[in-house]
Amino acid sequence: MALGSPLRHPTHLLHQIDAASRWIFPCATLIFGLFVLGMPFGIPGQAALRPVYAMGCVYFWSLYRPASLPAPLAALCGLLLDLLGLSPFGVWAALLLLLQWATLLLRRKLAPARFLLVWAAFTVMAVVISSLAWAADCALTLTWLPTSPLMFEWLLSAGLYPTLTALLIRAHRAPAAVELA
Amino acid sequence: MIRLSVPLRQALSRLTLPVMMVFSLGCVLIGRADQNFSSHLSAALDDILAPAYMLVSGPIRAAEHGTGEIGRLFSLSEENAQLRAQNAKLLQWREVAMALEAQNNELKASLHYMPSPAPEFSTGEVVADLGGVYARSVLVMVPPTHGNPQDLMGAVALDGRGLAGRVVDVGSRSARVLLITDINSRVPVAIGAKGSPALMAGNNSPDPSLLYWSPSQPPAEGAIVLTSAEGGAFPPGLPVGVVHYNRQNQPVVLPLADLDRLRLLRLFSYPHNLPNLTPIPQTRPEAAPAKAHSRKP
Repeated sequence: MALGSPLRHPTHLLHQIDAASRWIFPCATLIFGLFVLGMPFGIPGQAALRPVYAMGCVYFWSLYRPASLPAPLAALCGLLLDLLGLSPFGVWAALLLLLQWATLLLRRKLAPARFLLVWAAFTVMAVVISSLAWAADCALTLTWLPTSPLMFEWLLSAGLYPTLTALLIRAHRAPAAVELA
Repeated sequence: MIRLSVPLRQALSRLTLPVMMVFSLGCVLIGRADQNFSSHLSAALDDILAPAYMLVSGPIRAAEHGTGEIGRLFSLSEENAQLRAQNAKLLQWREVAMALEAQNNELKASLHYMPSPAPEFSTGEVVADLGGVYARSVLVMVPPTHGNPQDLMGAVALDGRGLAGRVVDVGSRSARVLLITDINSRVPVAIGAKGSPALMAGNNSPDPSLLYWSPSQPPAEGAIVLTSAEGGAFPPGLPVGVVHYNRQNQPVVLPLADLDRLRLLRLFSYPHNLPNLTPIPQTRPEAAPAKAHSRKP
């Protein structure tokens, strides 16, 4: 509790600002990343990168720092993703919340588990969530959408998670660590 | 700050996720019920984002240009020789083109040809590639117009070489262009010198496919594909691409526009000279049978 007391009653204004900025860090980087991925870099499959990045971030932060990514902020990120990517409005918000809910349910088992298991769990969840997104898009636009971008998305989410985690763990230990404020 | 009891706070925190879930499902319903709602929202978001993207895409472009220049230094002499050969060939073609232009003008003069009025256009820089997994679109920064920005809605977007797409969302300083490769894009086209009709349908791959061509006259490999005024959605005669067969009986169009690397787009609005959707009467409009067939507005 000795550590907890200054956290709960920050005496100094700077402390308060520090704590707030650390608390906001995961959500801010998630939203900023969504915008950055829209720039015309000319990377093939850049459009598929955005939902994969959002899923990775929501999964990671819900697993290791759920207080920093509350459900309303996750829903906001989902709505942004919908508006940027021209998918039916609200679909990704519901799906990111579903991902968050599943992660929070499995948190007790996944958080202390080995990395391979965490990675595998993410891959399974990403496959399910992106397939649901595909199905929702198909149903809401009444068209049979091609499945090849979906499979590409599966591969991307399986392949990119280790790199994304390497970056996010650094953030988790320093700029997002509220307890260090 | 309001102090809540611990059980109440726990109950509230447990409730946020279901409440937000219901909220986002409500958003899906609203988006379905009112299509304009989400398109207004995304146009507003694009308007906010376009200047920010503009700031960043400048340096990216400069860096790209820089690496290109350095890369070119190594093959300077070969490129020079190639360019000289190309230049000589192009000079010959220029004379042919000038002769043809003179002949064309002469023929037009003898036919009393009325040129169609030139459409208004505005040029915009492509600032962001905002396609989704199942959508192909780019964000274009439009110079502020004096008129109504909604005039740009449905404008035809061309890059230097050919048709790129159509404007689907307009904000006050940005416009979203749905590319011809998008799965929702359908462009009526005319193929080859005969102008045999077909429909070009996007399929999210780089090469849109050709549908509904006449089986007796299949599109020839390498034939030029131009837009057609069928249906009144596009002006006729804009260059789109060339026919190519990937598989037997499945022709695709190789777009002339460089859709992966769009930098500048010209947005043409054709408000007045679009043909009407009413069927063209074969006889004079005063004649009774034609009147019976023409649709009243």
